[in-house]
Amino acid sequence: MRRSLTNALIAGAALIVAALSPAEAKDTVKIAFIGPLTGGNAAAGVGGRNSSMLAVQLRNADPKAKFAYELVPFDDECKPNIGVQVATKAAADRAIVAGVTHYCSAVGIATVDTYARFKLPVVVWGAILPDITYGNDYKQIHRVNGTMINEGKLAAQFLTARGFKTFAVVHDTTDYGKGQNKYFSEYLKPAGGEIVATFPVSPDQQDFTAELTRIKELKPDMIFVGGLTPLGVRVRSQMERLGVDARMAGVSGIMTAGFLEGAGAAAEGTISFHNGAPLSKYADGQAFADAYARAGFREDPDAYGPFAYSAANLIMDAVEKVGPDRAKITAELNATKGRPSLIGEINFDDHRQNIVTANVYVAQGGKWVFWPDSEYAAGKRTIAGR
Amino acid sequence: MDIGFLAQHLFNGLMLGVIYAMIALGFSLFFGVLDVIKFSHGDVVTLGAFAALGAIAFVGSVVPLPGLALVLGLLAAIAASMAAGMVIGGTLVLPLRNAPPVNVLLITLMAGTILREAIRLGVPNGGNPKPFPALLPDRRIEIGSFSVGIDSVTILLAGLAVVVATHHLVTRTRLGLAIRAVAQDPEVACLSGIDFRRTVLGTFALGSALAAVAGCMLGLYYREINFSMGLVLGVIGFAAAVVGGLGSLLGPILGGFLFAGVQTLVTITVPSASAYKDVAAFAVVIALIGLFPTGLISERASERV
Repeated sequence: MRRSLTNALIAGAALIVAALSPAEAKDTVKIAFIGPLTGGNAAAGVGGRNSSMLAVQLRNADPKAKFAYELVPFDDECKPNIGVQVATKAAADRAIVAGVTHYCSAVGIATVDTYARFKLPVVVWGAILPDITYGNDYKQIHRVNGTMINEGKLAAQFLTARGFKTFAVVHDTTDYGKGQNKYFSEYLKPAGGEIVATFPVSPDQQDFTAELTRIKELKPDMIFVGGLTPLGVRVRSQMERLGVDARMAGVSGIMTAGFLEGAGAAAEGTISFHNGAPLSKYADGQAFADAYARAGFREDPDAYGPFAYSAANLIMDAVEKVGPDRAKITAELNATKGRPSLIGEINFDDHRQNIVTANVYVAQGGKWVFWPDSEYAAGKRTIAGR
Repeated sequence: MDIGFLAQHLFNGLMLGVIYAMIALGFSLFFGVLDVIKFSHGDVVTLGAFAALGAIAFVGSVVPLPGLALVLGLLAAIAASMAAGMVIGGTLVLPLRNAPPVNVLLITLMAGTILREAIRLGVPNGGNPKPFPALLPDRRIEIGSFSVGIDSVTILLAGLAVVVATHHLVTRTRLGLAIRAVAQDPEVACLSGIDFRRTVLGTFALGSALAAVAGCMLGLYYREINFSMGLVLGVIGFAAAVVGGLGSLLGPILGGFLFAGVQTLVTITVPSASAYKDVAAFAVVIALIGLFPTGLISERASERV
C-alpha cells in the first residue's frame, strides 16, 4: 500500500516536472523494431522487442538526451513474405530513421534489398545467416550479433581440441541447416577433424533409425546436428534406442528448453554453440537484468535480447551525434569501431558485421550451462563416448 | 556390411512397415465401406498418441506402476481415437455420402487441420515435441553389432499381432462379415438386415482404434511425439493403401512394408541422398500405381467402370 502511494507520488511529481521542464520541446525520433512477435519463434521476438523498448525507455529518462525516442514494433511472423511487407511499411515511413531488425535468417535475407532501396539504416539483432551482411554490399545493413561462421568455427575447433576426431553430420535441408553444415565442415578439416558421412534430412522427418544405424556402422566419435530443436530431439533420443555410443553436439538451433524437455535424460552432456553469453558474463549484465525486471516486462529477454538492446542503443547514439537523418545515421553506424555496449565492444568490419566470438554450452542436469562454469569443464563429469 | 547391421536395418524397416501398414489399413477399411478417402486419419493417430500421453502422465502422478499406466494409456488412446473417428464419420462423412467425393476429401482434410491445431494450441507448449515416457523394460539384446531393445521387439510383435487380429476380425467375425457385405453392395447388405449406419460407424471405430495403437507404438518407439506427425504419416499411409489396393485387406499391409523398405534401402545405399528417401519411395509408389492402377492386390469386384 505504502509502495503504491510512493509510486503515485513519484509519477505525479514526474508529470509536473515534465510539464514544466524544457524536455517538452524535444523532437520525437521514431525507430522501428521488427521481429517475430507471434508464432513459433515469438518468445525470441518478444524478448528482443522488450529489450530494445527498455533501451528506449532508459534513454528517454536521461535528461541529457537531445531527442525523445519512440519504438515502433512490427511483426514479421518469421515469414519472408510478411517480413518484406512490414519492412516496406517501416522504410516508407519517413518519420522512422532507423530499424532494429529480424531474428529469423530467412526473413533477414529477404528484406535487405528493401532497406537498401529505401535507404533505411538497420541493425540486425538476431538472424545469423552470413549472407545478410556478407552476401551484399549495402551500406544500410549492419549486424551486432555473430553469424553461423563464428559458431561453425568454434564448434570445429572446440570439439577437435577435446579429442573428438571423426564426425557424422545430420543437417536439415533449409538454408539454415545447409549453412551450418557448410561452415562446420569447412573449419573441421584444418582443425584436424574428419567427416565420415553427411546426412541431409528434411526438417520434419521423424524416423532416423536408418541414418543412425548407418552411423553406428561408421563408428564416429561424435554426431553433429545442424538443425532446429525437433531434429535435435529426434536424433538424440533415437541414438539411445539404437545404442549408438557416440556423443552429440549441435548448433544454436537446439540450444533451447524444448530440446532439454524433448530429449529428457538423454540430453545430458550434449554440447551446443551460441553467439550470446549468459547475462552474468557481461560487465553490465546485472544492471540490464535489474532494469529489465524494474520495467515490468512479463516475458524473458531471451538469448538475443541483449543484442536487440545494444542495437537500439547504437542507433540512438548515432542519432544523438548526427541528428535524425537517415544518410548521416548510416555513415555514422558504418564507422562504428570499439564502441562499448552491453554485449561487449562493437566493431564493424568492412561488411558492417560485428566481430564476435561464439560461446560453448553444455546440457547439465536439465539446464544449458555456460561451458567454463560447467562440471564438465571442471572435470567432475565427462563427455564420455570413447 | 556384416550380418548384424543387415539385421538391424531389416528390423528398422519392419518396425516402420508395421506402423505404416496399420495406418494404411484404416484408409483401406474406410474406402471399402463408403468409397471415401478420410484425410483426417493421420491426425487421429496423433490424437491417440497425445491421449495416451495425457493418461500416462495422470496415472503416473497417482500410482507409480508403469504397466498399469501403459494399459490405461493405450485404452485412453483407443477411446479418444475411436470417438474422434466415429464423430468425423457420423457427422461429416455419412451425411455427405451422396455428395461428390472431393467434398468428403476436403471436409476431412479440414477436420484433420482442426484436430492438429487443437492439439497444438490445447496442450501446454503443444508446438514443441513432447517426450513419451519409456514404459517398457529397456534391457537390450546384443548379438555382435546387432543391438535391439526388448521394448522394440515387444512393440514390433504387438504391432504384427494387431494386424493379424484385424485380419481375423474382418474375415472371421459377424462384424467383419457385415463390413464386407456393405463394402460389396450397400443396398443388398441393407436388404439382408444389416444396419448400414452401425456397420459404417463400426468400421470407422475399428480403423481409428488401429490408428490409436499405431500412435502409441510410435510414441513408445521414438519416445517423442509432436502435433504435426500425423500429416506425413497420413500421406504415407494413404499412398501405401493405394499402392497395395484400396479396399483390400492384405494390400495396404504389403504397401506399408514396401514403402518402409524403399525408404530404408535408399538411406543405406546412398547416405548423401537420405534427404531424398521420401522422394524415392513416392516415385516407386507412382510407378507402381502406373503399372497396377487398382493396386497390387485389388478389390475382387471393382465398382469403377
